[in-house]
Formats: sequence, C-alpha cells, structure tokens
Amino acid sequence: MIKEAFNGLRTAWKGLALTLKHFGAASESKKVKGINEANYFGQQAGIATVQYPHQKLPVPEVGRYQLDVVIDDCIVCDLCAKICPVDCIDIESIKATDVIGKTSDGSVKRLYAPKFDIDMAKCMYCGLCTTVCPTECIIMTAEYDKSVTHISDLNYKFASMTDAEAAQKRLELEQQLAERQAAKAAALKKMEEDK
Amino acid sequence: MNFYLIYFLVAIAIFGFIATFSLVSVYAERKISAFIQDRLGPMEVGKYGWLQTAADILKLIQKEYIVPALADKVLFTIAPVIIFVAVYLGFVALPWAPSLVPASMNIGVFYVFAIISVEAVGILMAGWGSNNKYSLLGAVRSVAQMVSYEIPIGFVIISAVMISQSLDLQVINYNQGILATQEIKFLGFLNVNHIGGVLAWNVFKAPHLLVAYVIYFIASLAECNRAPFDLPEAESELIGGFHTEYTGLRFAFIFLAEYAMMFLVAMLGVTLFLGGWNTPLPNIGSLHLADYTTGTFWGIFWVMAKCLLVVAAQMWIRWTLPRLRVDQLMTLCWKVLTPLAFACLVVSGLWRLILLSA
Ligand code: SF4
Ligand code: SF4
Repeated sequence: MIKEAFNGLRTAWKGLALTLKHFGAASESKKVKGINEANYFGQQAGIATVQYPHQKLPVPEVGRYQLDVVIDDCIVCDLCAKICPVDCIDIESIKATDVIGKTSDGSVKRLYAPKFDIDMAKCMYCGLCTTVCPTECIIMTAEYDKSVTHISDLNYKFASMTDAEAAQKRLELEQQLAERQAAKAAALKKMEEDK
Repeated sequence: MNFYLIYFLVAIAIFGFIATFSLVSVYAERKISAFIQDRLGPMEVGKYGWLQTAADILKLIQKEYIVPALADKVLFTIAPVIIFVAVYLGFVALPWAPSLVPASMNIGVFYVFAIISVEAVGILMAGWGSNNKYSLLGAVRSVAQMVSYEIPIGFVIISAVMISQSLDLQVINYNQGILATQEIKFLGFLNVNHIGGVLAWNVFKAPHLLVAYVIYFIASLAECNRAPFDLPEAESELIGGFHTEYTGLRFAFIFLAEYAMMFLVAMLGVTLFLGGWNTPLPNIGSLHLADYTTGTFWGIFWVMAKCLLVVAAQMWIRWTLPRLRVDQLMTLCWKVLTPLAFACLVVSGLWRLILLSA
C-alpha cells in the first residue's frame, strides 16, 4: 500500500514537472513557419498557437484551394465540366460566327461562354478540372478562407458576357446558319438543275 | 448604529474581494491552462485578453433565467444562494493581518470547517432540484466526496490545533511568528520566539504537520470539487454535474462559490499550517527582517501571496492530473489519507505530551 502511494506521488510529480516545463517554455512562441522552411521541426518548445487571422501560415504553392478561371483564356471546350465528379461546373456555349481571337498560349477561340458557373459549395477540391484544361485557364489559387453570408454566394460566376451581348451573338449565329442554309439550298437546287 | 455600518462595510468588502478574486483567477486559470498546453489563451478582449472575464460576467448577467419545467422550483432557486453564502460566510473568521479579522471568534476553526460543509447541502439541493439525471448523479457524487474527505481534513486540522492549543484562528496566527504569546520551538527544541519567520510556522514547529499539510491540500482539492477530484462536475461525463441546468446569474453564483472556495481552503490551510499573515523572513542577528515585515499591510501582503501561490498550485494540478474514478477516489480517502491523518493526530498528541511539556 505504501509502495502504491509513493508510486502515485512519484508519477503525479512526473506529470506536474512536465506541465511546469511547458508553463516555463510559454514565454516564447514558435515562429510562424511554412512546412517547407528549414528547421520547421526544430521548434519544439514554446507556444504553438498561430493567431489566425492576424497571422497566417504560408500555404504550399500546389495546394488545393479556391478555383479561379481566367475567362479570356478559356476556349469553352467543356472538358472541365465533363470531368468534374460532382458536376459543379455549369457552362453554356455559343458558337461564334468567326474566329474570336487567340488565347495567351495561342489556342484559337471559336466559342463564346455566356455562362460559366462553378458551385464551390459542391466542389470537393479534387483538382481534376485544372488538369484537363487544355489552356490551363482554370486554376487553384492560394485563397483558402472564404466565408459568405448566403450559400448562393458560393456559386462563382466567371462569364464576362452580358445577356444582351449573348442574345446578339445568338442572333448572329442564327443569321449565319440561315445564310448557310440558304446557300446550301441554292447549291442543291443548282445541282438538280444541272442534272 | 455605526456598529451596523461597519458590519455592512465588512460584508461588502468581502463580497467585493470574492468577486474580484474570481474574475482575476478565472483569467489566471485560463492563461495557466493555456500555457501548460502550449496555447495562448484569451487574447482578443483587451491587451492579452485581460478584459475577457469582465466580458464573460457581463454576458452572464444579461442571460435569461431558465427554470426547467419539471424542476423543484424552490430548491432550484435557493440552491445557488446557499452554495454561495456558505462559502461567503466562511471568510468571516479568517484573519488577514495582526489586527485585521472580520469577526474574531474563539471557535474560528470549528466555524469555518462547519460552514464549508453546508455547501454540500446546497449542491445536493441543486442536483435534486434540477430533476435531471446528470445533475443528480453529480450531486450524489459531490456529497459522497465532500462527506468522505471531511474526515481526513478534520483529523489534520485537529492535529494542527493540538500544536497551537487554540481554536481561534487569530491566536493560531499569532503563535506562528514573532508576536507569539506562547513559547514556540523550531522542530520542538529551538526557541524561535524572537527569530520568527519561516522557522516559527506550524509546519516547521512540528515537522509531521508537513505531511498533515499535504493531506490537507489533497483533501481540500476534493472539498472544492477541483480536478483531479472534479467528479461532481465532470464535464466529459456529466455535462457539468449539479450545475448543468443553471443559467445566467445563478450559474455565476455557483461559479463564484467555486473560486471563492478555492481561496477559502487555501487561506484556511495557510493560516493553520503556513504561518498565515506571518512573514517568512526571520530575524537574523541585527537584521530584523521579521520585525520590518510584520504589520497590517505586510500581513495582507503575506497572506495574499501565500494563498495565491496555493491557488496557483491548485490550478497547476488541475491541468496536469486526470480525473480519478469513483472507487479510486474513495480508496484514496479511506485507505490512504484517513490512516495517515490519524497517524498525524497521534504524533501531534505525543509531540505535545513529550516534547513540549518536558
Ligand atoms: S476541383 Fe474537382 S470538384 Fe471542384 S470543380 Fe474541379 S473537377 Fe469539380
Ligand atoms: S477545360 Fe479550360 S478551356 Fe475548357 S471549358 Fe474548362 S476552363 Fe475553359
């Protein structure tokens, strides 16, 4: 019994000494360091709290955070929407009557995107969309803390066209199609006549 | 008339002290726990979060009183009052300085010890009145614990009283320093009436009281339901035990009582064993340190310093040791502390008979 009591006191003291050591070490704080900095694991003693949001840990460059789309570089190929496992990318496209222009990496743009929505509330940050994009215009930024007051604010809209512009482009496309149809019909007629 | 005015002033002063102490010590506890766990603790309200507890109490005051529909309304309402008043009244008999004691009583020790036990009644009322299984379990545990631990506490207090030969806390205080009226001997043979200081404290007058103090300290943790003996509250099992159902100011009073109790048991222990308001500095030759550091101001200073150290140790222990199981709690009390306390009592008696009368 006495042995047990002594053992209790001894182990209690062990614990108390340990906490006292930590209490003493609390005069210093660990530096806010990224995981890839040298000596990251060297900091053993001291306060571990990172006073977010006053202090922030540096984030790795290739982490998976909020998505961003550089819409000027998008060729509206719809690959990202197709690969997305949770179908959170919603793209509409309108064919252009002519080549619109070129992206910064030289791909030719032939489609307008009146709608390019990514619902970040559904996104599971798998990053597949960023790997399939042929022009690398859909990317993950370093932004990770995003809070909104309404869930609909999490539906990011990247399209830069106004509705009027979209309507006009549609009209132009229809006209072009109609012209082509007419030309086709005329050509057919001519072929019949030639026979 | 003036007579009553002083009574009221004393009562208000004690209440003010308890409230301030609670605010400061809750802050201190949160910081100590944070530092022990390598955290920072409250940092946002005021510089280093020093206004945090003031903000907390403001929040508590504004909260709604909720009485559960099936609770026993009367018991539920008066329980916090009884819990708080029990502890509050305990402060009356405790001396702060050579001539500063709210109420001088010739049975002070007995009074404090008795009034502390009343808290158990309040806790039982709170648990029973809440009509909630967690509260009731907490209350039952609390009462079992407090009643059991009163036995070792009682014995060690008696062994200190035997050495001091008085139940008056002020007399006990006087006889642990240079103002002593009896003959005091360091370790039972060296007369230290004129040296004073730490040598004249009860724990050094009779070294077995050192063991007695350790027993007292452990048991007093159980008396104020602090970890590792916080089974009555046990947040992780009982959601808070007997005070689960309390809100707002009622909860604040229970909380206040808990912190006041910490100080009360610390102060009683300091008075009985660690010299109370006596200075730890002895007179050495022509350097009359003890004479310089005795007085009303110094008395308050020493008693506060000692008590705060003890309270800090209570917090330190709370954030280190895990909670005991119910059976371990009872084993510790009945099989370890009680026999040891008995032994202290016997040694005290022999000490008195053989060493001091010889
Ligand atoms: S990261 Fe994954 S889930 Fe999110 S939009 Fe891209 S493909 Fe969809
Ligand atoms: S994969 Fe890239 S280019 Fe294609 S639609 Fe998506 S973002 Fe645009």
